[in-house]
Amino acid sequence: MASIETQTQTHADAPVQLEKATLEGRNKILGFWLFIGAETVLFACLFGTYLALQNSTMGGPTQGELFSIPLVGLATVILLTSSLTSVLGIVGMHENNLKKTQFWFGVTVLLGVAFLVLEIYEFIHYTNEGLAITTNAFGSAFYTLLGTHGAHVLFGVIWITSLMIQARKQGLTKVTAPKFYVASLYWHFVDVIWVFIFTVVYLMGKVG
Amino acid sequence: MGGGFFFIIGGLEALLIRIQLFFPNNDFMVGREFNELLTMHGTTMIFFVAMPLLFALMNVAVPLQIGARDVAFPFLNALGFWLFLAGGILMNLGWIFGNAPDAGWTNYVPIAGNEYSAGPGIEYYVLGLQVSGIGTLIGGLNFLVTIINMRAPGMTFLRMPLFTWTSFVASALILFAFPALTAGLFLVMFDRIFGTAFFDVALGGNPVIWQHLFWIFGHPEVYIVILPAFGIMSDVISTFAKKRLFGYTSMVFATMLIGFLGFMVWAHHMFTVGMGPVPNSIFAILTMAIAVPTGIKVFNWLFTMWGGKIQFTTAMLWAVGFIPTFVLGGVTGVMLASPAADFQFHDSYFVVAHFHYVLIGGTVFGLFSGAYYWWPKMFGHKLNETLGKWHFWLFFIGFHLTFFIQHFIGLFGMPRRHFTYQADDGLTLLNQISTVGAFFMAIGTVVLLINIIVSAKKAVPAGNDPWDARTLEWAISSPPPEYNFAQTPRVRALDAFWHEKMAGNKTLEPAEPLGPIHMPSPTHLPFFMTLGFFISGLGWVFRSVEVGVLGLVMVVLVMFIHSFNHDHGYYIPLKDIPDANNDPQKGAKA
Repeated sequence: MASIETQTQTHADAPVQLEKATLEGRNKILGFWLFIGAETVLFACLFGTYLALQNSTMGGPTQGELFSIPLVGLATVILLTSSLTSVLGIVGMHENNLKKTQFWFGVTVLLGVAFLVLEIYEFIHYTNEGLAITTNAFGSAFYTLLGTHGAHVLFGVIWITSLMIQARKQGLTKVTAPKFYVASLYWHFVDVIWVFIFTVVYLMGKVG
Repeated sequence: MGGGFFFIIGGLEALLIRIQLFFPNNDFMVGREFNELLTMHGTTMIFFVAMPLLFALMNVAVPLQIGARDVAFPFLNALGFWLFLAGGILMNLGWIFGNAPDAGWTNYVPIAGNEYSAGPGIEYYVLGLQVSGIGTLIGGLNFLVTIINMRAPGMTFLRMPLFTWTSFVASALILFAFPALTAGLFLVMFDRIFGTAFFDVALGGNPVIWQHLFWIFGHPEVYIVILPAFGIMSDVISTFAKKRLFGYTSMVFATMLIGFLGFMVWAHHMFTVGMGPVPNSIFAILTMAIAVPTGIKVFNWLFTMWGGKIQFTTAMLWAVGFIPTFVLGGVTGVMLASPAADFQFHDSYFVVAHFHYVLIGGTVFGLFSGAYYWWPKMFGHKLNETLGKWHFWLFFIGFHLTFFIQHFIGLFGMPRRHFTYQADDGLTLLNQISTVGAFFMAIGTVVLLINIIVSAKKAVPAGNDPWDARTLEWAISSPPPEYNFAQTPRVRALDAFWHEKMAGNKTLEPAEPLGPIHMPSPTHLPFFMTLGFFISGLGWVFRSVEVGVLGLVMVVLVMFIHSFNHDHGYYIPLKDIPDANNDPQKGAKA
């Protein structure tokens, strides 16, 4: 541990944030930023595939016929709000206020679940309208891109929930703080991807 | 070990290919069997030989070269290893259950679609690569964080040894290239198992999407396996020429430039797809541009040797043999980068010759060089030099016999991936010479295996610094203790250890007081997590959704257990740390 202390000495005057207090914590955060870089490439590939195949409806229902902007708009508002609540959770963590942290991350999880419910409803609706994942190349690309994002939201919900259980037992420590911080980074990333989906898939689909 | 095992499997596959091509109209291995051999040889060599062996050397050398105790995430390191092994085993299970992947290592659709490739062969490819790909990705991530966050005091970026630099850039390439493969493999898997229509033209799909995704990954992959080899060469050449690496800064920038350009050129694999003249020209020019930083590197190696006191150890022989071999591979690369010429060479043995010159002449020679160079650091004894030289000459001559001739086989019109040719094609003698060369390489490899056993039996202690080398890893005992450095060293120059030796110091100045050392606890969780991925992979191969999901649930469960794990490692007490840094005599004996 000696080397860790020598490395933090340079910051000794400023109060060190809990999530960056140990080398492990800093490694975790940097590693996670890099992981987000990798995830960006994954989503970029799926977006590229979608853009290449979006007009291959082969006589099936088109984007203009399917999409309903008010419904998707509601999903967008819910997800963006959850980004804000996760920030409030981190603020609570910096104030070393466990109760506040738990409350706001709990709200984040609930909003995430609400988003997922809306998305499942939306998928069932489209399937009834005649667009399944096997209908045509557009359907395949659409459900794969949206489904990958939805799976990320689901994973985030499970992840944050388990962190909250952990924090209830262990409190906010040098070990749990980086985990919360990283989970909130992940949550922001998933939201940003949604903004792109909203723009590229829904808005452009409705217009074009 | 795992990589070496797969090297033997991949090598045997290559020998079978060459035996089939020994006589015209041979019927030793034809049709589907031959396709399976080709596919598995290519896939194995790239993913289960080159990648893991390079990662193995990175694990040995990178933390030591930057003066770190360990990599940033030991848990992920173990996980990456198990995932690579599980992926390799999963893919090779295809042989045992009677249907290996047979669509080429590039797995082009529609050949890899259900229509032309029924049976589970392609599933083994898709899921084996998916599993090992996750392992590679987290491995690359681990080294990036290690190098950015865990350098010893004074180890600025421009004092890092070249092997660390090239590993760093290669890891960055892994980070941005492998997700493209992941995405592509998912699309193939969905098309085959769930009946989606990404590549089904009748439903509006487009097979060229797979080619783009595959090469967006595949071309950087070429640089992922060559850059660390460049780094090994740089370290080996400067060590055995007893000179500072010529043009160190330009080497670093050339490395970064190659890494950057590696992402810009994927479509040169697709000149004949029909992209049109403008994209073809752009990708051709970008591709040729890579020759510039590569040329800088070659000249820097030559200038490093110029006027140096060169010692021709086996490691140095591989490094020196690498230079002309790789240059030849580079020159044919520039030839192929011209679309007009590529329309002629496309899918002929000329291409086969080109990439074997680059991959064997570059990566494999680099791996051998690195193995002989770091062997004493890993195991405490050197490999036998006489046997090592036999290994080098047999392999080197065999390599050129096999592949130099293949340029002409290709120019005379023999297409690649074909299992036979006719007697009156005039290719019989050339093919036979090529096959004989392959056997020379195999004998050379056997000599290496003998060498490993013989050297391990004698196990003459090599001491800390057998090569009178320049970088930090040689300052501590061989093999290194589990905590690497008893005290984190302070770095004062490029070639830090050489700098201290020239200043008359026997050891490095420590940057911290001697104290108890924190270590992570050993854990079996990475193995169980991998088991989950493996079960899931097998489930998808046999198209059982239940088993596939079950495996993933197991993965998530193990993640939970790991996250709730309270054990945050232990401390090695002061009395168990021999004071190697302050007492060179004691360190030398250890």
